[in-house]
Amino acid sequence: MKAWLAQHARCAGLTLTKLARTPLGSALNIVVIGIALSLPVGLYLLIDNLQTASGQLAAEPQISAFLALDASRAEIAQIETRLKQNPRVLRFRFVPRAEALQELKQSSGLADVIDSLPQNPLPDAFIVTAKDNAPQALDALRDEIKQLPRVVHAQLDAAWARRLDATLRFGRLVVLFLGGLLAVALIAVTFNTIRLQVLTQRDEVEVVKLIGATDAFIRRPFLYYGALQGAAGGLVAWLIVSGGVWLVNHNLGELSHVYASLFQLIALTPADSLCLLLLPAALGWFGALLSVGRHLAVIEP
Amino acid sequence: MISLSNVSKRYPGGRQALHDVGFTIESGELAFITGHSGAGKTTLLKLLVAIERPTAGSIVVNGQNVGTLPPRAVPFLRRKFGLIFQDHKLLFDRNVFDNVALPLEIAGYGAKDAARRVRAALDKVGLLKYEKALPITLSGGERQRLCIARAIVHRPAILLADEPTGNLDADYAAEIGELFRSFNQVGVTVVVATHDQALLARLQPRVIALRNGELAAAA
Repeated sequence: MKAWLAQHARCAGLTLTKLARTPLGSALNIVVIGIALSLPVGLYLLIDNLQTASGQLAAEPQISAFLALDASRAEIAQIETRLKQNPRVLRFRFVPRAEALQELKQSSGLADVIDSLPQNPLPDAFIVTAKDNAPQALDALRDEIKQLPRVVHAQLDAAWARRLDATLRFGRLVVLFLGGLLAVALIAVTFNTIRLQVLTQRDEVEVVKLIGATDAFIRRPFLYYGALQGAAGGLVAWLIVSGGVWLVNHNLGELSHVYASLFQLIALTPADSLCLLLLPAALGWFGALLSVGRHLAVIEP
Repeated sequence: MISLSNVSKRYPGGRQALHDVGFTIESGELAFITGHSGAGKTTLLKLLVAIERPTAGSIVVNGQNVGTLPPRAVPFLRRKFGLIFQDHKLLFDRNVFDNVALPLEIAGYGAKDAARRVRAALDKVGLLKYEKALPITLSGGERQRLCIARAIVHRPAILLADEPTGNLDADYAAEIGELFRSFNQVGVTVVVATHDQALLARLQPRVIALRNGELAAAA
């Protein structure tokens, strides 16, 4: 067991020296892999960020019913009873205009502007949550609420969120497709690199076969090479994506100071980063396995 | 130890390299396989280590039938032999020490144990002072001795040599001959394929002579 581990450690060390012995060729290969990987990873990160941002905005579709500015207390109470009786309404919340103004002040960062207004421009509103969140049911309920007396405008909040959600889902599909394609590309690149290596080390392979090396022993350094090259490519992709996030956040920082907003791209999580190292390593290993199996069989002493 | 009976080998394409060859080499013997070039000496050695498979007959090494050995068992068969080649088959990107360490690395020896054995083997062939040198800097005779060190480092029971003195002048050839004699004296079975008459005269081994792929005379 100890000897076996020592053999593996020695093999990993030798592989690193081999990578370092041809720095330009190895670097170019690794950079190509890194750039290819950074495309789907960057896109994934962007979509993840958009999703997080949109998730904070609207989790559940709501209908906002805005009343006329001069609606009286009695009229508001009447609408309240009508909503209570409506079987399609799950729950609702009354937002008085003063409270709405306060909320706007806090959340938008436009306190100065709002304070300078001569009077409260906001109407009273009901925020209604429907029992059935199917698009047609929501539309019907909105129309119904619109018919209530003194309701000036009824708006379905979730429409844009739904559209965004569908777009993001499509985006995820694109990422998955792109990721799959580039995984195949990574396997192909590794396959070719290893093919060249096996052919240039033909003599060595022949000799070790002659003095009793098992196929596993002969395969090992090539598999290590493929895995290491993949992992190094993953590292390059990580650097590219993280650098991109830093650059965007650095510039957003100035922009968001001006607008007093706090939008920042979230960088790759440790789990994502680990995946970005291990997955290309596994793909490289697989590409090397395919290549070495194919080309070793041809070399017989 | 090594026993062949009715062994024939026909290469794809129809060339008959060996025809109905049979002999036995006992443990601890020093045997020369002789014959003109093309007589089948190299083919015979290749059959012993399963580089080639016989088309007929059986080859038994240490009680194992080599001819029918499954491919995954072949590496372990080869570890029982020490192989010496006319063209040395050294790895030129490794130094002398690492070349000799290769069989031990393959067999999974620990680094410390391996280093001790490598130095002992290098000392035996007189190359200990060159352990850091690259093979390219060695002379022909030194390379052949390096190849011998690699063949004996894992203490095989059988030493197989294919034309070990083919490219060497007489003095070097004599040195190599003495090395074979000393290995044989400590109990190693030594099988040498050669047409070097001087070596034959010096070592006085048992001779297995081949002529056109057939046994001419087994002494």
